[in-house]
Amino acid sequence: MLAWTIYISFLGALALLLLPKASTTAARVLALLVAVAGFGIALNAFLTHRTGELITVARHPWIPALGIEYHLAADGISLCLILLTGIVAITGILFSWNIERRTKEFFAFYLLLIGSVYGVFLSYDLFLLFVFYEIVIIPKYFLIAIWGSTRREYGAMKLALYSFIGSAMVLIGLIAAYVVAGAKSMSLDALAGYPFPLHFQMFAFPLVFVGFAILAGLWPFHTWAPTGHVAAPTAASMLLAGVVMKLGAYGCLRVAMTLFPLGLSPWGFHVLGFGSWRDVFALLAIIGIVYGAMVALVQKDFKFVIGYSSVSHMGFILLGLMTLNQIGISGSVVQMFSHGILAGLLFAVVGRMVYDRTHTRELAALGPMNLNKAIPFAAVTFVLAGMASMGLPGFSGFVAELMILIGAWHAFPILAICTGLGIVVGVVYVWRAMQKAFFAEHALASSHSPLPPISIPERLGAVILLATSIAIGLYPQMLLKIITPALNSPLFEGIRKGGWN
Amino acid sequence: MSTFPWITVLTTTPVAGALLLLAVGSRSKNLTRWLALIFSLAALVFTLALWHRFDPTSGVMQFQEQHAWIPALNIDYHVGIDGLGLLMLLLSSIVVPIGMAASWKIEERVPLYFALMLLLQSCLFGAFTALNFVHWFTFWELSLIPAFFLIKLWGGPRRTPAATQFLVYTMVGSIAMLLGFIALYLGTGKFDFIELAQLAQSGHLMPAVITALGIHRFMPHHVALLIFAGVFLGFAVKVPLIPFHTWLPSTYSEAPTGTTIVLTGAMSKMGLYGFLRILLPIFAPQMQAVLTPLLWLAVATIVLSAYSALAQKDLKRIFAYSSINHLGYCLLGIFAMAKFTGGDISLTTQKFAAMSGVLWQMFNHGLTAATIFWFIAMLEARCGGVRGLNDFGGLRKVAPVFTGLMGIALFSSLGLPGLNGFIGEFLIFKGSFPLVTWATSLSVIGLLLTAVVILGILQRVFSGPLNERWTAFPDLTTGERLALAPAIALMFTLGLYPQLILGVVNSTVIQMVQQLKF
Repeated sequence: MLAWTIYISFLGALALLLLPKASTTAARVLALLVAVAGFGIALNAFLTHRTGELITVARHPWIPALGIEYHLAADGISLCLILLTGIVAITGILFSWNIERRTKEFFAFYLLLIGSVYGVFLSYDLFLLFVFYEIVIIPKYFLIAIWGSTRREYGAMKLALYSFIGSAMVLIGLIAAYVVAGAKSMSLDALAGYPFPLHFQMFAFPLVFVGFAILAGLWPFHTWAPTGHVAAPTAASMLLAGVVMKLGAYGCLRVAMTLFPLGLSPWGFHVLGFGSWRDVFALLAIIGIVYGAMVALVQKDFKFVIGYSSVSHMGFILLGLMTLNQIGISGSVVQMFSHGILAGLLFAVVGRMVYDRTHTRELAALGPMNLNKAIPFAAVTFVLAGMASMGLPGFSGFVAELMILIGAWHAFPILAICTGLGIVVGVVYVWRAMQKAFFAEHALASSHSPLPPISIPERLGAVILLATSIAIGLYPQMLLKIITPALNSPLFEGIRKGGWN
Repeated sequence: MSTFPWITVLTTTPVAGALLLLAVGSRSKNLTRWLALIFSLAALVFTLALWHRFDPTSGVMQFQEQHAWIPALNIDYHVGIDGLGLLMLLLSSIVVPIGMAASWKIEERVPLYFALMLLLQSCLFGAFTALNFVHWFTFWELSLIPAFFLIKLWGGPRRTPAATQFLVYTMVGSIAMLLGFIALYLGTGKFDFIELAQLAQSGHLMPAVITALGIHRFMPHHVALLIFAGVFLGFAVKVPLIPFHTWLPSTYSEAPTGTTIVLTGAMSKMGLYGFLRILLPIFAPQMQAVLTPLLWLAVATIVLSAYSALAQKDLKRIFAYSSINHLGYCLLGIFAMAKFTGGDISLTTQKFAAMSGVLWQMFNHGLTAATIFWFIAMLEARCGGVRGLNDFGGLRKVAPVFTGLMGIALFSSLGLPGLNGFIGEFLIFKGSFPLVTWATSLSVIGLLLTAVVILGILQRVFSGPLNERWTAFPDLTTGERLALAPAIALMFTLGLYPQLILGVVNSTVIQMVQQLKF
């Protein structure tokens, strides 16, 4: 059943291309229906999931000569992310209701992107995972290059190049692992169970981890993210920050860390105070948290603020992974979900509600428009989303960051205190952006024509995302009850052995 | 005891009111105001009912509700009140209607204003009843949001810097506190205040935390102090303790006066509540280790804030500094209690007096400060926002009732015997003097300075020749007299019959003093 999330998205993309050129409304409705159907399937699987279970969705030989299978399966972690994809997909369509140029192609690319994201989260064969991972890049590129705004060709190309470099690193690592393991199977289970020699893991782990982490915005490989987000049309930045960055983080956890857990063990010597790859990546993650927040603090472009805030929040995810304890990694998965929802919402406010109406993203230019009076709904949504994003209790971000901090404190006490600095700066940059964009309180310069009111689809989308964040914030057990057992499955045994507590 | 979830219902009542106000929207401003007031009065009735059902002979937590919330982190939804909690609930439900009455003249975005006030009340209720750190922290942080927007959207001319300063200061304190509590959690796996306090008293808390953190490069003693410092910072900013107070005067003076009432009347008590509920039971040994600097800070808070009040010309700023001064006495009492944590019987009486005084002062500073700011709001409404100390003069000639009633509130603030303010300061001084003689003696300077401040106000605003601008100054209307009557009556009642409050907290005070054994 879950496999249909992929199929209907691809079928929907195909059907959209077959529609007559003029039928834009039909294209929107069709895309929305497909997204809702995908979400329905995901939600059904999420609700009926028994904890700790690995659902095998499909398993057929594909290229038997190489031991490659068409193997789809889902555990608690994939289910959370599939549910996230479903929610972000629906709201992304709601927020692109106003796309008038080449509407059906837009939604066709959109559904293609969604379908392949579902594919990555469901793949249990690494070859298959890699295929879906590569397909993602294509619609992503076109969505930005055709429908984007500021420096869209540059942004799209930079994103595509970074993605390809990352994929290439992953591919080299995976092929090496495949060969070393005897070239019999590309199955995640089989490879994760294979005892790769220590020295092999020591070089394969950073290769594959960095390959995936590029897409997760690991500092200093994050520079594609702000430019890509800014260039992308609203729905694409929502998907990009909401789910595509999660693909990278998911790959780090699901592939790099399970295949090569010994790559995280100590080198046996110290260089500049680093004793293992774990130390190195944890430090990079914390630099990302603090640096992303600091840079967001000085941006003049509203969308860049959100773009850099994503770098900062993704740093939390990577830090959570590097804690190597159950609380930290669970928190990291909750943060993937939470950031997906909140980044989507923030980009929707900035890109759709504000930019499409005012045609500027300069914080200085937005101030005199008195947006909190002109579009109060956008102001309230941004305030709530901003509060959630700065990790205020009651919203999803708090639980996630709390768990990651607890995990990090176990593993790296001093670095955890630095993370506190990142949180403080996070409060300040959200507040600064909010003040400048919505509450600047200039003398009423109402020479502007009144802005169009916030439409129904926009309201609906904002309410869905906010409600999700609050629901997770108030009752995080919803996600945790399936994440934690999944982390105790045999797949993660290697990480557990390396210092789980 | 019934299983009815009293506290949950109490906490959600104002939220329901806020949602209703937003749903009704801006149809009629008066309807909105009355609806808001009715909801806050309903909360007051609810709290009184709670008081009625409360068993004052027991010092343990009552009306407890406990449900698993985030099992992965061992976090429960755990609420309950003892005498301290009940006292704070009573205070919040008295102060918020006063704040609303003082905001009657707000004309812009009325539904949002009153909805935010109600949300603030919910956060106060939540923070005063939560017994689990995460649950408590949620309300502690959420309370900043309505407060921020009340200042930001309805405040005075310099509201934006004031609101931002308020938010950033408090957030920095909160994050330091969060890190401190995470450290405690790592050592114990617990977030529950009561369980943490029990561990602390048995002496197992800090060793467990230090082992779990595994920081061998530092002395264990220093690690414990560092954790204490983080948690302490969060509360010290909120109360505030000098030198963490600089956000307060501009915040109080720029906030709309109705909001200032809630900020000083109830929200500042959240910090003191934290000192009593969290710092004293869990961190008393660490407080003891740095007691001398803490006492110096308390003395500085008391004396310098009174001295600053003397130098101010704006009535709201004067009372902002005066609030710091009054809460400084509470801090003096709290630090004095931390000096001897053994089971020495001879000191128990002193600690008992100091603790009663602290609780009394928390409640009565809230009542008195709220009433004084209410008078200032009326003054502003009559004079078009003028509130300079030297802008008035001779008001008693045109407004004798106003003068008389505000005089009572001012004398209560000064600590005149027979009014409610006296008992708190008396008990704190009585209890602290034998424990920390030098600090208490120095603090007397604060009392004298406060008297000068209050008498100065009486003289410059109400006596002397009548300022020509205010010859048409209207006296209190009948409605205003009726609204003020309960507050003034309460000042007299408590001043003459302190048992009304002391009876509620007596068992709790005994329990809290007895728990101070390490």
